[in-house]
Amino acid sequence: MRLHGIKIPHKKNTAGIAPVELPIPSRVRIPMSMHIGRTSKVIVKKGDTVKVGQLIGQAEGFVSSDIHSSVSGTVEKIDEMITAGGDRVPCVSIVSDGRQEMYEGIKPPAVDDFDSFVKAVRQSGAVGLGGAGFPSFVKLGVDDLSRIDAVVINAAECEPYITSDTRTMIDKGGYVFKGIEAIKKYMGIRHFIIGIENNKREAISVMQELAGKTDGVGVRVLPSLYPQGSEKVLVYNTMKRIIPKGGLPLDIGVIVTNVTTLAFIAEYLEKGIPLVSKCLTVDGSAVKEPKNVIAPIGMSISDLIEAAGGLKNEPAKVMYGGPMMGITVPSMDEPVLKNTNAVIFMDSREAAPPKTTPCISCGACADHCPLRLDPRAIARAYKTDDGEELEKLCVDLCMECGCCAFVCPAHRPLVQTNKLGKLRLREYHDELKAQKEKEQKERETKAEKEKKTAQKGEVSHE
Amino acid sequence: MSKLISSVSPHFFTHRTTRTIMIDVIIALMPALTASAVIFGWRSLLIVGVCAASCVISEFLFEKLCKRENTAGDLSAVVTGMLLAFNLPVTIPVWQAVFGSIVAIIVVKQLFGGIGQNFANPAITARIVLMTAFSGTMTHWTAPVLPHDAVSSATPLAAAAKGIKESMPPYLELFLGNHSGCLGETCALALIIGGAYLLIRRVISWHTPVAFIGTVALMSLFCGRDVLYQVMSGGLLLGALFMATDYSTTPHTKWGKIIFGIGCGLLTVLIRFWGNLPEGVSFSILLMNILTPYITKLTRVKPLSGGVKA
Repeated sequence: MRLHGIKIPHKKNTAGIAPVELPIPSRVRIPMSMHIGRTSKVIVKKGDTVKVGQLIGQAEGFVSSDIHSSVSGTVEKIDEMITAGGDRVPCVSIVSDGRQEMYEGIKPPAVDDFDSFVKAVRQSGAVGLGGAGFPSFVKLGVDDLSRIDAVVINAAECEPYITSDTRTMIDKGGYVFKGIEAIKKYMGIRHFIIGIENNKREAISVMQELAGKTDGVGVRVLPSLYPQGSEKVLVYNTMKRIIPKGGLPLDIGVIVTNVTTLAFIAEYLEKGIPLVSKCLTVDGSAVKEPKNVIAPIGMSISDLIEAAGGLKNEPAKVMYGGPMMGITVPSMDEPVLKNTNAVIFMDSREAAPPKTTPCISCGACADHCPLRLDPRAIARAYKTDDGEELEKLCVDLCMECGCCAFVCPAHRPLVQTNKLGKLRLREYHDELKAQKEKEQKERETKAEKEKKTAQKGEVSHE
Repeated sequence: MSKLISSVSPHFFTHRTTRTIMIDVIIALMPALTASAVIFGWRSLLIVGVCAASCVISEFLFEKLCKRENTAGDLSAVVTGMLLAFNLPVTIPVWQAVFGSIVAIIVVKQLFGGIGQNFANPAITARIVLMTAFSGTMTHWTAPVLPHDAVSSATPLAAAAKGIKESMPPYLELFLGNHSGCLGETCALALIIGGAYLLIRRVISWHTPVAFIGTVALMSLFCGRDVLYQVMSGGLLLGALFMATDYSTTPHTKWGKIIFGIGCGLLTVLIRFWGNLPEGVSFSILLMNILTPYITKLTRVKPLSGGVKA
């Protein structure tokens, strides 16, 4: 069985250019949620001086992440900001003193076993750098290591424009393999697969050369078929295993990690500098000089683009990530986040939304869905408010890769209806639960009443 | 600075639109249109023009009347008009052609909700309506204007059904379409070129035409009929390549398409060999259109939900 996908323009304009380190901006704004899970707790206050790598936000709960200052300077204020995802989160603004002094506590972590390894990963502030932002220590901190037999390293980078993972492989290939060695040593996993799309020749040759010197590492060159880099598709194409609905790769004995995340963890183990800066691609039709840059986390997008060479056209749409799954930002004041792997600036021509026309029932959406869903039927079920049908159509399986909306000749907003369908399905589940509870309660009261009447009967009998 | 657009991903889209698909279909119909003009003379162009124009006008007026969004610009009405005209004899009175177009667009397409919502193929249903209403003019066949070998003006299938050997044109004439019949269905060569274009442009998939034509060919072989003759005559190629591949009236799953094609093929053969009518492509497609929702349901693909540990 082959999974469907789509051929999209690659636009990997920046693959051949080594990343440029950007000058430090005068101010950074670091939100306390740049990961999946609980918002971190602010542990600095207004007026505090902080240094690069100093902890400013502490992880709370099981799924969360530590956050560190990306500059040295003074905490200007602690306020709230609304993320591009719509959540209100605390945000630490730091005025930089321009000296970029390192925090005194920075030193390579002492790691000698699995627990100390996971602790080090936690302290590094690492999250899934491919865009998902899932805290890495949660992913690697598996309860039962015997369940895992392989690690799939996601280096597919299937989105147009983005080349930051490509650059990691070319510039920091050594760290990727140090990361592999660390997982081998502390987690006892022997089998590694690096999945790369075939449009990254240079990165493939670097990885193949290094893999030749390491045991148990295979480089899998995959066709450039979007969404090759989505977890479910990648695991299927490399391991022929299917992640169950609502489950994790863990359920089928696999850990999937982004290649840049792995390289970062290895670098942290060696140097002890937590996640304070990020290599990201700056590209799009409005950008003057497309390139990869290394930017401090918290740098505003307007500072970023100014430092990266500016814009040639008025931007109409700006997004974190690539054009297929990228999240648009409401304004250029939004900061660079831990999981930002690209910022794409589109001019009005590139961003012009296509005209939506009536569905012609061509079935292209269903023909191209990698997970074999039927977005047309989902849209209909959503419109008719049919929770049961949405359940049958497995709308909650959808990973919002956007293949359906891309290929639709009528340009129906199918990702949007899928998202709404998921929401409706959740409501439907809640309704079912409430219904069940109500019935249970009724049954109990009825039983109680019967008991009472029976007792009364007994009493009157006496 | 102007405001930034916020929208749900994706932010890239295909350049293909409903309109470009319809333009592809119109391009694919061009060889057959040219062939019909050569074979039957200028009047075939008149009929095609009249049908296309009346389809577009009826769509435009009906949508205006119902205050619906106007879809005449997507050119689907032009395709319907052309396909309907291809299914008419060249001698048909103009007013009957107009009537057929109005039935196709208003009764079959718009009353069921417009593009993408109709369950029956408009061109085919309109042809059947005309067939039953005006059976005289609908079966008034004329011989091609070009010099030809066949003796009478009977259609090849009618000739075959009656067993008139002399009236049956040779293979080459059949392939080039130089015999009597509906104006767009006779030239196998032109239809195959058009179908190939649609396949290359990925407007249609191979499943339905192959299953449809393959079933007719196999059944002909099985029943001891002339296979090439059965495949190239009548409306089979036009139907299999252009009508049984319509999006909204046929299944869109791979196996659904195959079942649909086989069903069409069986019904066609049934009507051709044992029915009262010499030709059965229209009825077979219409009957299978009715079954489409069930075929789709039957062949629905299971989502990749896993649950099995390899």
